[in-house]
Amino acid sequence: MSTLSPVNPDPAAAGRATAAGPETPPQRPRPLSRANLVQTVAAGYVPLILATLVVVLPLLWMVLSSFKQPGEIVTTDLKILPESVNLDNYHVAMTTVPFGQFFINSLIVTTVGSTVKVILAILTAYALVFVRFPFKNVIFIVILVALMVPPQVSILPNYILIAGMGGKNTLWGIILPGLGTAFGTFLLRQHFMTLPGSILEAAEIDGAGHWRRLWQVVVPVSGPSIATVALVTVVSEWNDYIWPLIITDRPETMTLPVGLTLLQNSEGNGSGWGILMAGAVLVIVPILLVFAALQRYIVAGLTQGSVTG
Amino acid sequence: MTRQLTDRPAPAAGTVAPDRRRGRWSARTRRDFMVFLALALPNLALIAVFTYLPLINNIYYSTLDWTLGSASATVVGFDNYINFFTSADAPKVLGTTAIFTLVTVGGSMVLGLLVALALNSKVRGTTFARSAVFAPYVLSGVGVGLVWLFIFDPGYGVLSWLLRGIGQQSPQWINDPQLSLVMVIVVYIWKNLGYCAVVYLAGLQSLPKDVMEAASLDGANGFRRFISMAVPLLSPTTFFLLITTMLSSLQAFDLIRIMTPLGNGTSTLIYEAYLQAFGAFNRAGYSASISVVLFAILLVITVLQVRFVERKVHYS
Repeated sequence: MSTLSPVNPDPAAAGRATAAGPETPPQRPRPLSRANLVQTVAAGYVPLILATLVVVLPLLWMVLSSFKQPGEIVTTDLKILPESVNLDNYHVAMTTVPFGQFFINSLIVTTVGSTVKVILAILTAYALVFVRFPFKNVIFIVILVALMVPPQVSILPNYILIAGMGGKNTLWGIILPGLGTAFGTFLLRQHFMTLPGSILEAAEIDGAGHWRRLWQVVVPVSGPSIATVALVTVVSEWNDYIWPLIITDRPETMTLPVGLTLLQNSEGNGSGWGILMAGAVLVIVPILLVFAALQRYIVAGLTQGSVTG
Repeated sequence: MTRQLTDRPAPAAGTVAPDRRRGRWSARTRRDFMVFLALALPNLALIAVFTYLPLINNIYYSTLDWTLGSASATVVGFDNYINFFTSADAPKVLGTTAIFTLVTVGGSMVLGLLVALALNSKVRGTTFARSAVFAPYVLSGVGVGLVWLFIFDPGYGVLSWLLRGIGQQSPQWINDPQLSLVMVIVVYIWKNLGYCAVVYLAGLQSLPKDVMEAASLDGANGFRRFISMAVPLLSPTTFFLLITTMLSSLQAFDLIRIMTPLGNGTSTLIYEAYLQAFGAFNRAGYSASISVVLFAILLVITVLQVRFVERKVHYS
C-alpha cells in the first residue's frame, strides 16, 4: 500500500531526498538540483508507473496468453512471450461454443437496448424540463428513487414476469426489463436545465412545436451529454451479466459474458486457459477500444454526481 | 399529437422560468399535459413495471414457501426470514457480506486516494495513467474474473510461479473458503479503485491551490501536513465515495459468480439470494426473503446518504 504513496514511495530514494537532514526547515530545492530530480522521479513517476503497471500487466498477460499453445501454459517454467502469434485458441473458442452467435447477440442487445434507452431518456428529460405538467416534481422523485433501486434485488420477480410472458431464451426478454432509464433521464435533465431559455423562446416564436424544438434545438446543442449517456449505456449493456445469465440457458440467445461462462464450464481445466483468455479478449477488447477512443465522456458519466456544486 | 405546432408564443420552460408567465393558457395546459404524457409515459411505465413492481413482488414472494418452477405455493408469513436468520448460514452470509464490503470499500478508497495523489503530480503522462487506472472499472466483470482466475491458478498461474520463485507453494485459492474470499476481494479492488482514484482526483483538483502546495512539499512533513489539511477538506468526496462504493460492493455479483461459482466462502447476501433461487434448490420464497433483507440494508444506506447530504458534511 505504501509503495503507491507519492510522497514516500521508496524508502531509499526518500532517504536520499531528505539527506540534507531532518532538522532543516522545509525548503524548495533548486529546480535542477540532484535532490529535486530524485524527488520528482520518486514522488512523481514511480507511483504513477506502478499504478499503471498494476492495471496494464494483467490485461497484457491475457492477450499474450491467448496466443499460447497448451504446452506453453501447462509448464513449470514461465514463458512470458508466446512462441508465435497464432490464433488457434480463438478458433477453438469459437468452435467449442457458438462465439460468433454470442457476439451477434451482444451486438443486438447492446445496440437496440442503448438506442431505445437513449431516446427514452431524451424524451423524458425534455418533458421534465420544458413541458408544463402539474406533478413534475413527484415524477422526478419517482425517477430519482428508481435510480437508487439496485437491479440485483429485482432479478427473481423480473424472471417470473418475463418467463411468464414467454421471454425466456429470447433477445427481447434480455432487453426489455432494462429499457426504463432513470440514470439517462436524470443526467440529461440536469443538462437540459442549464440550457438558456432564450434559444427555445426563439424557436417558439418561429412557430416550432415541442417535437421540433426537441430535435432541432435541444438535441443538437446537447451532443456531449447525450454521448455521455449513450456511451455509459453501451458499456453497461455490453457487460451486463446477471440478468442475461438468468433469462437464457440456451447458446442461441446467450450474450458474450454468459457465453464465456459456458466456455469456462467446458474448458475449465489447466490446458484450457489459452482458450479462455481468447474468450476474455473477445469480451474485453471491444469495450477497451471504445473506452480508449471516447474515455472523456465515459469517465464524466460514470463519476457523475461526485463533484457537487 | 406531439407534432402540433403552436401558433403563438407561450410558456416554454416551466421549470426554468416558472414565475414569468403562468396559468393563462388553459387549453395550452391541457395540450401540454398530453404532450408530457406522450413523451414521458413509455419510460415511466417501464420503470414502474420493472423497477417498482419487483420490489412489491419480492416482498410478496418472501412470504411464500415456493419452489421455483412449481405451480403451487403456500403462504408461510415470516417463516422464510425466521429460517434464514436462525440457520447456520446466516452468520456466515452476513459475516462474509460485512467483510467483503468493509475491505473492498476501505481498500479501494485508501488506494484510490493514494493513486489520485500520484495522478495529481505535475509530471508528464498523468493523462494516460489516469485512463489506464480507470479502465478496469468499465470492463466486463466476467472477462476480468477469468483473467485473474488464471493469474491465481495454483498450477499454472503467474502468482504460483512468483511464489515458487521465493520458495513457496501456491495456496489453493479456489478451494480454501477464506482464501477464495481474499482472492475475490483483491480482484474487486483492482477493478474498482480507478473509480475512487478519478473521483478523488477531481476532489483534489477542486481544493484551494495553497493547500495543495503546502501539502506537496517534500518528505514526511508534507505527507503529515497533507493528512491534516487535505483529508478533512476532501470529506464531501470521501462521503460520496463511501456511499457509492458501499452500494456497489453490496451488489457485487459478476466476479463472485465467475471466480467462485459455488460461493465457497464468498456467499454474500446477493450471491446467496442468487444461489438459493437459481442454484440447486430453487427455493424462490427463501431467496426473495434474502433479497428483501439486502434491499433493506441498501435502503438504510441510501437514506443515510440523503440525510447527510442535506446536513452538508461540506467544508467544516
